[in-house]
Amino acid sequence: MRNWRAGLEIALLAALAAMPVIATVTAQPFWLDVATRLAILALAAAGLNIILGLGGLVSFGHAAFYAIGAYAVAIPAHHALYGGADWLASSNGLFHVALAVAAGALFALVTGALALRTKGLHFIMITLAFGQMVYFLLNALEDYGGDDGLPVDQRSELPLMSLDDPLHLFGLSFALLAVVLAFTWRLKNAPFGLALTASARNARRMRAAGLNVFTVRLAAYVLAGAITALAGALAAEHAAFVSPAMAEWTRAGELMFMVILGGAGRVLGPLTGAAAFVVLEELLSSWTVYWHLPFGLLLIAVALMQARRAA
Amino acid sequence: MDATLIASQLVNGLQLGLLLFLVAAGLTLTLGVLDYVNLAHGAFYMLGAFFSASLLELTGDWPLSVLLALPLLGLTGLITERLVARPLYGKSHLAQVLASFGLLLVIGALAMLIWGAEGRAIALPHALRGQARLFGVVLPVYRLVIIAAALAVAALLYVLLHHSRFGVRVRAAAANPRVAQALGIDTHRLHAMLFALGAMLAGLAGALIAPITEASLAMGAQVIIIAFVIIVIGGIGSLRGAFVAALLAGLIDTFGRAFLDTLLARVLPLEAAETAAPALSAMSIYILMALVLIARPRGLFPPPARGGAA
Repeated sequence: MRNWRAGLEIALLAALAAMPVIATVTAQPFWLDVATRLAILALAAAGLNIILGLGGLVSFGHAAFYAIGAYAVAIPAHHALYGGADWLASSNGLFHVALAVAAGALFALVTGALALRTKGLHFIMITLAFGQMVYFLLNALEDYGGDDGLPVDQRSELPLMSLDDPLHLFGLSFALLAVVLAFTWRLKNAPFGLALTASARNARRMRAAGLNVFTVRLAAYVLAGAITALAGALAAEHAAFVSPAMAEWTRAGELMFMVILGGAGRVLGPLTGAAAFVVLEELLSSWTVYWHLPFGLLLIAVALMQARRAA
Repeated sequence: MDATLIASQLVNGLQLGLLLFLVAAGLTLTLGVLDYVNLAHGAFYMLGAFFSASLLELTGDWPLSVLLALPLLGLTGLITERLVARPLYGKSHLAQVLASFGLLLVIGALAMLIWGAEGRAIALPHALRGQARLFGVVLPVYRLVIIAAALAVAALLYVLLHHSRFGVRVRAAAANPRVAQALGIDTHRLHAMLFALGAMLAGLAGALIAPITEASLAMGAQVIIIAFVIIVIGGIGSLRGAFVAALLAGLIDTFGRAFLDTLLARVLPLEAAETAAPALSAMSIYILMALVLIARPRGLFPPPARGGAA
């Protein structure tokens, strides 16, 4: 079972890396587009995997970080193109990414410090509430399109590459995903990762052993938020559009689905989870507009199976 | 800000708060007694609106359509309890969240198959459409009807839970499910009944609000999060807490939308106040929840701790 899963993960990673070649040979740029989306979603899920998978903390507001990262690209780009807010206006991609990661980390630091005071059900609910706060805040930003969202009319400028080229955008997304997955693997086996997973198993024992569980969890939460915000920044470049819908709680539910389906805490799990989600969505939504029906049934099946395995 | 405006906003806030209470009541019971996180609870709210819309087309009688929707909702509650919720009692909250999220999507898709993607408007009987003069203030009759109906249901619920055999059993099962079972209470049946009761309450709220907002597919996903916020503020499992928090949320939300911009304009430049006010009022109940959780992590009215395992 374990070998079967690891094999699938490696095969998927290889297939994703080979996607530019496949898309060129088959002359189907559509495949590259799907692969880019997959890489970005996998990156977002990789962020959640650190807090949910390794830390065992059910963060239900993670879509907020995705939206924060996306708006961190769209807002400076908007001002760079149309004037106003000179202190923020910029078309520099490095600035955008830095802003996205910093904003995601800062929001995680503030909300995490409050949310981690609670546990269990209350933690689920308070992270959900913080996520909704971001959703409604973005809806109220009339200057940035309100609930209509904001188009990114000019993609960020980066040295040596052009994000208008789908190949470059895919390359960047894939490279960042690879870096984050490698980082997760290192993290999981480092003392910090061990402390995090051990706290998920028995927080009281870890406290008795002298570990500051709160700080470890807060650090993991900030890391998780920053990574998902990075994915959000890429999503803004990919879709050339951002909207409050990116922060909707149903999106957070989808991210959770990816992490759980891929195997919570597995390093390459977010990749398989995101792949399953993208394939399902593409497949089912082309087949029927009621694709939420089979998707929902699958979610129920996954949850029932997971509960049975845990029992 | 004249008195008439304040009074009519007060009525709006009470009406919103009481409807939110009907949704939150079922949620806090299933969460408090069954320890089951039901994200699909909002789907019952949505179904209540659509059931009553269809029954109105069938019967042409609005009060009858609302009453007839209730047994249908109870039945839906029983079915979902048996198929999705029951296997997950006592399991991880994560599994419950995923399963009930899936159920929400399934019910949403089925509703779209049956009723289509567009909403259904509901026409009220003529007598309920007018205005009434109460204490010198002109108010819409229908909002007063909602307030009266919701208050009556809240009172019934109180009597049911605190002055009936059913209520004693529910409270026994909440305090210690194992001992309750040992004393001969059929907890399976009790759980199913409680679940169905919650579905009926949420559906009633949906049926009551539909003439104002119309029945729409999105209404379930919107209300469920607010309902969760309310029961967290009130203390999970506490009906009294849900009642107080729901009224608070309804009033804060309504007054925030109506008056926050003028209030802010007194301390801020007008332009800044006009941008900040809608954002702040939309976030107000979430800010309230964060504040409450910081001061009282278990909510305003935490119920006594559970004894024994579920």
